[in-house]
Amino acid sequence: MRAFDYAAPKSLNEAVSLLSRRGDRARVLSGGTDLIVQVREKRRDLDLMVDVKNIPELSEIRYEPAAGLALGASVACSRIYEHPVVSRVYPGLVDAAFLIGGIQIQNRASLGGNLCNASPAADSIPALIAHRAICVIAGPNGGRELPVEQFCVAPGRNALQAGELLVSFRIPAPPPRFGANYIRFIPRNEMDIAVVGCGASLTLREDLKTIAEARVALGAVAPTPLLVAEAASALSGSAFSSESVDRAAIACQAAARPITDMRGTAEYRRHLVGVLTRRALLKAFERAQEAANAR
Amino acid sequence: MPDKARVRATINGEPADFLCEPRQSLLEVLREELKLTGTKEGCNNGNCGACNVLLNGLLVNSCLVLAVEADGAKVETIEGVMGPQGLHPLQTAFLENAALQCGICTPGFIVAAKALLERKPKATEAEIRHWCAGNLCRCTGYDKIVRAVLDAETRMGEGQ
Repeated sequence: MRAFDYAAPKSLNEAVSLLSRRGDRARVLSGGTDLIVQVREKRRDLDLMVDVKNIPELSEIRYEPAAGLALGASVACSRIYEHPVVSRVYPGLVDAAFLIGGIQIQNRASLGGNLCNASPAADSIPALIAHRAICVIAGPNGGRELPVEQFCVAPGRNALQAGELLVSFRIPAPPPRFGANYIRFIPRNEMDIAVVGCGASLTLREDLKTIAEARVALGAVAPTPLLVAEAASALSGSAFSSESVDRAAIACQAAARPITDMRGTAEYRRHLVGVLTRRALLKAFERAQEAANAR
Repeated sequence: MPDKARVRATINGEPADFLCEPRQSLLEVLREELKLTGTKEGCNNGNCGACNVLLNGLLVNSCLVLAVEADGAKVETIEGVMGPQGLHPLQTAFLENAALQCGICTPGFIVAAKALLERKPKATEAEIRHWCAGNLCRCTGYDKIVRAVLDAETRMGEGQ
């Protein structure tokens, strides 16, 4: 690998000042599962890696039933699915964290890194969107927040400005009768990149049939992960039924702008969008009912 | 060229103190500076698991860890698997079940399988296959590897 400097700041201020000083010649190192490969394969050129894993705000998991979850951007996937509360309350995140790479990758890769890498096919992004996650960003001019669905701007490009750093996700506590799911299609069982991914969440009314609120997000069918507002409006206020789910699936197929590449044709991807939307919604519905019955 | 960094870690229970450049992976330092060549380089991009080590108890690809990140950490490699009594039951089981051909993937599989059995001494075949999804073997077709891990479970259950 080409030579570069390494810094491991212990505070946000220190990290922001390093990133501001070195501009686009610096890059944040979290789990390194994308960044180290990119630098080694000369797909990314940099002078400084800023290891953020020693900064408390980036490595914490803090859950409070009223406030919800503060999930540090560099928390490894395995810490998410092994966390007794998070794994129960945020099932969509667990689905995604459990299928990114193998165990070795899950012990290093973080949802913050997965988001900042901004791959159109990133598994955790539709799940984060389904859970209404908000990015907490620190920078030279102070902090700001941005919904996850606005964070990716193009393949491999995110909304961070010079000197800015993704600190954590603020994820609201799910309401009662809430369920979520993330699924993807790959042509084998493990260790592959999504041909299509779908994250969905549903909140049910007290009758446990009518949908109060819905979120559906798609991966790998557009330059960035998509939140499909039309799918949510096709579901909200309706009973959960094959008709309402079909309307959402058709809305998702209309919103998808897939390309043809080595993983599948555009036509195949559009078909998969329908299949995965139906499956993700059904699983989210079952989980919402289970959550209601467990209370 | 950036200055070399001093790294102090614990490797297989022994203190290690070395200098490295930030661009050197933990894999590179283990093999080329510390001469612990049991850990293998396969793909060097996080797909194959030949370079598996435990970092603070967690299974990782050492090709995707910078050596400077190991400062203060506990690292366990294939060289630390054998105990004072001789081969680890997993090593015996790999030999007796002919679970290797060329052998390049073997240290990674054994380090991975040991981490699994320490968490789950009675892992099922499906759990073994899932856990080892990040380990590639181009010779065996995996069946003998999975059978060896199941055999090691039996041996370890019997206290061998």
